[in-house]
Amino acid sequence: MTFDTVDARGLTKVYGRQRALAGVDLTLRAGEATALLGPNGAGKSTLVGILATLVSPTAGSVRYGASGGGVSGGGASSVASDDAELADDELRGAIGVIAHESHCYGDLTGHENLVFFARLYGVADARATADALIARVGLRDAARRPARTYSRGMLQRLAVARALVHKPRLLLADEPFTGLDRAGVALLSELLAEERARGCIMVVVTHDFDAVAPLIDRVVVLARGRIAHDAAAPAQRSTAALADVYRAAVQS
Amino acid sequence: MRAIGLLLWKDVVVELRAKELVYATIFFGAVVILVFCFAFLGGPKPTVDVAAGVLWVAITLAGTVGISRAFEREREGDTMRALLLAPVPRSALYLSKLSAISLLMVIVETVALLLVSLLFGIPIGGILPSLVALLFLGTIGFAAVAALFGASLGRARSRDVLLPLLVYPIVVPVLIAGTRGTVALLVGAEPAVASFWLKFLLVFDAVFVSLGVWVFEPLVAGDA
Repeated sequence: MTFDTVDARGLTKVYGRQRALAGVDLTLRAGEATALLGPNGAGKSTLVGILATLVSPTAGSVRYGASGGGVSGGGASSVASDDAELADDELRGAIGVIAHESHCYGDLTGHENLVFFARLYGVADARATADALIARVGLRDAARRPARTYSRGMLQRLAVARALVHKPRLLLADEPFTGLDRAGVALLSELLAEERARGCIMVVVTHDFDAVAPLIDRVVVLARGRIAHDAAAPAQRSTAALADVYRAAVQS
Repeated sequence: MRAIGLLLWKDVVVELRAKELVYATIFFGAVVILVFCFAFLGGPKPTVDVAAGVLWVAITLAGTVGISRAFEREREGDTMRALLLAPVPRSALYLSKLSAISLLMVIVETVALLLVSLLFGIPIGGILPSLVALLFLGTIGFAAVAALFGASLGRARSRDVLLPLLVYPIVVPVLIAGTRGTVALLVGAEPAVASFWLKFLLVFDAVFVSLGVWVFEPLVAGDA
């Protein structure tokens, strides 16, 4: 499945009495890296969950380009294909998620984890893809060790490789720099830049302005479930400029 | 089928490395059988009804321990979320878990059957094929219900307590059918009696596997 835009309209999510999102409109485009910023509890992870198809919106809808499927609120599900399940599966196959947790099995080696997920996503040459990716993220020496023996930073590198193993169309990275050392941050920045150059639609949720500032094309700030700022990234791709945008948006 | 095979392969490899579920469930099943055995020590020789009941109770209790831990394992590293994100039908996730649980229980049942036969002095050689069929169908029925609730309890705080509370009332027909069918085989009753319980389990399995395939997606999706 290929799609060039992700179009969210009126996304609202309510958990009990808590309103996590309140009518979010957002359009994401191919080859564009968006920083999704906001204070704790602003609704960032909920928005990522909805875009990843893991969370159903209470109201509103998401359309994945002209040829893609879609999810909508109120329990209804609208998909472009005649075969709803096939469309859902295909849609999920085009999405990559880097989450707070590694999403990897501790009793499998790093290499086995990647081969397993590559096969699950129908990657043609799973073993070769896993070999290449594990070397790319700097885990070649630890590839045959169980993932449970990895340090936090190594697990994060494996999580990044797992999210990229099927070359996703939409990459949702929720705090991807967590646990990484300076070399890891540099490597991840490089990988994300490559994904953007490949035409991937990218959303990076982070509080690490240093790491994300040089990468992004656009800044979206969420506050209290609403979009407080949505504009191109500051011309000066600096931490200070990004921090100014964030501060102004959150205080407004 | 490819996805089910792949997911089952993963569960088997993880268990072969950890060897946690097999040992824990076998040990628990053996302890349950031994406790019952000691309870009847010194009294008259337990009837085949008792032996059959002990066998099925031990399998059910040990199975619950295994299932609880099997889903706990998917919560480490939030791998259940990773599976829900993958482009495989949700029914494949359900069927693979059902298969993995069944495989585990078959191993436990082999040990439990030998122990009950030995400790209660019950010869099972002549009825083994029918008994295996009965155990197999009972296992599928139990696993079909347990896999459904195991997954749907997800991040519920009291899931370890809730799982048996939800599963046991529903698998009571499996326990009754399994025990009555085993008794019928052990006492050499009319073949029609055991056959009836086999058919009963077959219908139970068909109903609950179909139900599981149907409702698994709405139960685990939505706010995963």
